Amino acid sequence: MTQPPDKLRQLLDAAGVARCLDEIAAAINAHWKDEARIALVGVYRRGVPFARALAERLRARGREVDFGKIDITQYRDDLQTMTIVPKLEGSDLDFDLDEAVVILCDEVIYTARTSRAALEELLDFGRPRCVQFAVLVDRAGRELPFQPDYAGLRVDLPQDERVSVRFTDGDGFDEVFVRPWPTKNA
Amino acid sequence: MSITPRKDLLDIASLTNEEIEFVLANAVPFKDLFKRSVKKVPTLKGQTVLTLFYEPSTRTRSSFEVAANRLSADVTHFDIESSSVVKGESVLDTVETLESMRVDYIVVRHKQAGIPNLIAKNTRASVINAGDGWHAHPTQALLDAFTMREKFKDMRGARALIVGDLQHSRVARSTSLIFRRLGMNVAYLAPGSMMPRETPPEIPQFGNWTDALDWKPDVVYLLRVQSERMDEPFFPSAAEYHKNYGLTDARVQILRERGLWLMHPGPVNRGVEITDLGMSYEKSLINQQVENGIAVRMSVLYWLKPGAQ
Repeated sequence: MTQPPDKLRQLLDAAGVARCLDEIAAAINAHWKDEARIALVGVYRRGVPFARALAERLRARGREVDFGKIDITQYRDDLQTMTIVPKLEGSDLDFDLDEAVVILCDEVIYTARTSRAALEELLDFGRPRCVQFAVLVDRAGRELPFQPDYAGLRVDLPQDERVSVRFTDGDGFDEVFVRPWPTKNA
Repeated sequence: MSITPRKDLLDIASLTNEEIEFVLANAVPFKDLFKRSVKKVPTLKGQTVLTLFYEPSTRTRSSFEVAANRLSADVTHFDIESSSVVKGESVLDTVETLESMRVDYIVVRHKQAGIPNLIAKNTRASVINAGDGWHAHPTQALLDAFTMREKFKDMRGARALIVGDLQHSRVARSTSLIFRRLGMNVAYLAPGSMMPRETPPEIPQFGNWTDALDWKPDVVYLLRVQSERMDEPFFPSAAEYHKNYGLTDARVQILRERGLWLMHPGPVNRGVEITDLGMSYEKSLINQQVENGIAVRMSVLYWLKPGAQ
């Protein structure tokens, strides 16, 4: 896959992404060392390959991991003001959520509006015992009071820039870079 | 693929293939919600959906109301006195009232074709045609197409035999159109007095079951016999209709032997177009049509935007 021409600068190369994934997986593993089973739930779109990469690492450590994905479109708070209607991808949580330990996974947290929608949707599927939040990139600029429990990289960027994450799983390569973001709510 | 919203859904003919695909594809995740403990999403929170039915309906109205509720919209029914003869002007008076109430979606059924279009032109709200005269019933067509898609991986080339009063059926008109748009072959079975005046040449017309079944349909779609039409001249009696065009027990057996699917838009007249045995036929999709109707109507409400265009 070719890289976008409007790329400004790289934040993490493939080795950097791998290091962050290793660290997050190790932290989750340590935190839940007495737990038999945990569930990783990726937020569509790139939260899904992120969650899958973490799940692989946790399974490699001999853990049992459930895996799911959620599409938050039906829970967005800006649907009425959007000029296009997004195609729904659908959510897939094919395990018993009640009493589960769930790590919600998204590639970037910024305003936390997606995180709010993701948590609300997750709780409509059942009643997990505990929910934690993992991100690859924690970008400053919250509009809602959500903080990740696990983050690979913390950044503070000007408003007209956006963080883009690419994963081998789906994109063909692992990278985190910054590019221009003309409108804040695009 | 994201697409631009439309303001209204008035018929199937004005939809692009891309729009039909969009509504059908999104209906899948909406249907998946029904398996969850909370069957509701906040998609239309704060929006008002109003059902405006000038013709009696229980099923379609309830289906829209359940769909709107599951999208977290506020749902209101506007009661129209069924006895009053409603003229064009008073429909527009009603629309003006609804406009003042700032409703966002109006679901309308009327015995006169074209009334939903008239309302749509005179309101900012999104208008959904829930059946107008003999003209169109687009959400029925979409749910029928969705039901077929669940059964046929590739609908192209699948054969649907539509049986009943095709001339006076908006369901037949819309469903036949969407089936053909999606690549299915359609044939009609009806007495001459119920056959549409103008039928495209690619739709075979049959006058008896033997010939119709020789066409080798994959699905038999029964239309509801409108009992109010039974008294009209040239219309067969209920018994006569049942004998010649109904799904008798013997015909259920033929469907079973050939493994054909069975559909009906409801409500059924037992003993006229279908028998008790037909209702319990294992390859009947009638209950799935009802369930799919909710998912498809959610998908339509999700797509339309008041004030769009």
